[in-house]
Amino acid sequence: MAPLAAPDRITPGVEDVIEDAKRHGNAGTGEHSMVLNMGPQHPSTHGVLRVVLELDGEIVIALAPDIGYLHTGIEKTCEAKFYQQVVPLTDRIDYLSPMTNNLAYCLAVEKLLGLEIPERAQLLRVLLNEITRIQSHLVWLGTHAMDIGALTMFLYCWREREAILRIFEAVSGQRMMTSYFRIGGLALEPPMGFFETVQEFLDAMPAHIDEYEGLLTGNPIWMGRLKGVGYLSAADAIALGVTGPPLRASGVDWDLRRDMPYSGYEKFQFDVPVSTGGDVWARYTVRMLEMRESVKICHQAMAMLAGLPRGADGKPGPIVADAPKIVLPNREKMKTEMEALIHHFKIVTEGFAVPAGEVYQAVESPRGEMGYYVVSDGTAKPYRVHMRNPSFATLQALETMCKGRLLADVVAVIGSIDIVLGEIDR
Amino acid sequence: MYDPASALLGKAAVFETMAENPAVVALAELATDAKFDRNELTITVARENIVAACEAVKAAGYNFFEDVTAVDWFPQEPRFQLSYHIVSHGLKERVRLRVLLDSRDASVPSITSAWPSANFYEREVFDLFGIDFPGHPRLTRIMMPENWQGHPLRKDYPVEGYR
Repeated sequence: MAPLAAPDRITPGVEDVIEDAKRHGNAGTGEHSMVLNMGPQHPSTHGVLRVVLELDGEIVIALAPDIGYLHTGIEKTCEAKFYQQVVPLTDRIDYLSPMTNNLAYCLAVEKLLGLEIPERAQLLRVLLNEITRIQSHLVWLGTHAMDIGALTMFLYCWREREAILRIFEAVSGQRMMTSYFRIGGLALEPPMGFFETVQEFLDAMPAHIDEYEGLLTGNPIWMGRLKGVGYLSAADAIALGVTGPPLRASGVDWDLRRDMPYSGYEKFQFDVPVSTGGDVWARYTVRMLEMRESVKICHQAMAMLAGLPRGADGKPGPIVADAPKIVLPNREKMKTEMEALIHHFKIVTEGFAVPAGEVYQAVESPRGEMGYYVVSDGTAKPYRVHMRNPSFATLQALETMCKGRLLADVVAVIGSIDIVLGEIDR
Repeated sequence: MYDPASALLGKAAVFETMAENPAVVALAELATDAKFDRNELTITVARENIVAACEAVKAAGYNFFEDVTAVDWFPQEPRFQLSYHIVSHGLKERVRLRVLLDSRDASVPSITSAWPSANFYEREVFDLFGIDFPGHPRLTRIMMPENWQGHPLRKDYPVEGYR
């Protein structure tokens, strides 16, 4: 079968795959290929991803992802909102890691404003971000294993995920669309008993990860389906814009938390798991180790939070920046101080002006580099908000990973890159 | 709070103060303007030089292409601004390349030859802003349906209501 005429490493379009398949079938060489449409409604595509494949028997000759089914124009909507009104929109981009989205956006706007965030808020942000990472990896593990045929894993992962969603609900009132971070800090003080619940969860988690590994790591079917499948070299990964666990599984030692720290990550001691395998198995091992590292970071954050100095009245430190024109006052002050009431009214009705300029803030989301590019023209509404989402770029590597492999491996590879269609289509 | 006086504006100011920066060294010839604001380096290049600029920063160690997107400054001219974000794994630094485009001829050479990962990003900008990328292997709509009229992220395209 002739290879695609297009330059190397460029993901083809749907039309190209169909046209090429017609050409291959009509060449009179006796070879026949088949075009197969997979999705957009297919359980193993993790959302509404459509993949058009050209097959020779069961072997994938060419593959084209077709996206846009979830496009809701979030970037356009952001331009019509005040800066603080964009926070709830960011949850809906990568709906499996709402806190990471909130953080990236808030950090970008705080950079535009030049705001200093109190240490307690930074630590809480890191703590919640790492819990989010565990939660997202649990969803990945459950669904990935289910795609491969290990149905039990799904229920085990959902059990621990439930505990995390309860933590989210306790802290923000919402299980998934948390919108807990605010420009300048956090929305609310964590409720009573929050730290005890988190501590309980963190103490239990390593044993649960052992349990998952006990079910999967030595399992011959699991190994057979994962090892040597979906190989991606380090050079290809960089050329195709792959970030996060798939990049590290290809042997590139790059983690934004360690290499370009934000929100106080430089204060934490943790290892960045790297594997040189480059296959689905390597991505599995890297993510499993990442969950353990996240638990480590959470423990450190808890210890640092407990060690923070308290105020003269015995209350813990502030969770919002000292910027009354940007951060909403608390209700108590609003009822006793005229200034606070005025600020509240102004922020809610007019927003706050952000000095003109442009920033790009990248954070390490569970899926890779999530970057927010925010442009301000000096008014209270962002002039442009653009999200650089990891799944969008990683999807470009799908063809390189699947070409020449079996159709069943495509399902394993899609699971291993852990895509979220909400952030691809935005 | 942000102090506008902390920004370095203009090619002369940036290239004098940051003469050691590898991106500054690499783009000494090609840069037409530069800015160092909020710890972020922005270098403007002419659109015909964008591929050469990408190759130059790539040679200087900026190995990972992150993102390209556009900003529509309608009704000002030049109307479109393209922002390329490129990071260096070795130097742990980021550079933003900027290209300004006139609305009458909104096209900029594709950089997919330097970084194949620009493929989807350029398709997205083409789809949502209507900017052409000559040299792109398959420039088709990516988010919107194939038969869609207009480019939603342009500022003269309404957020709601009738077009």
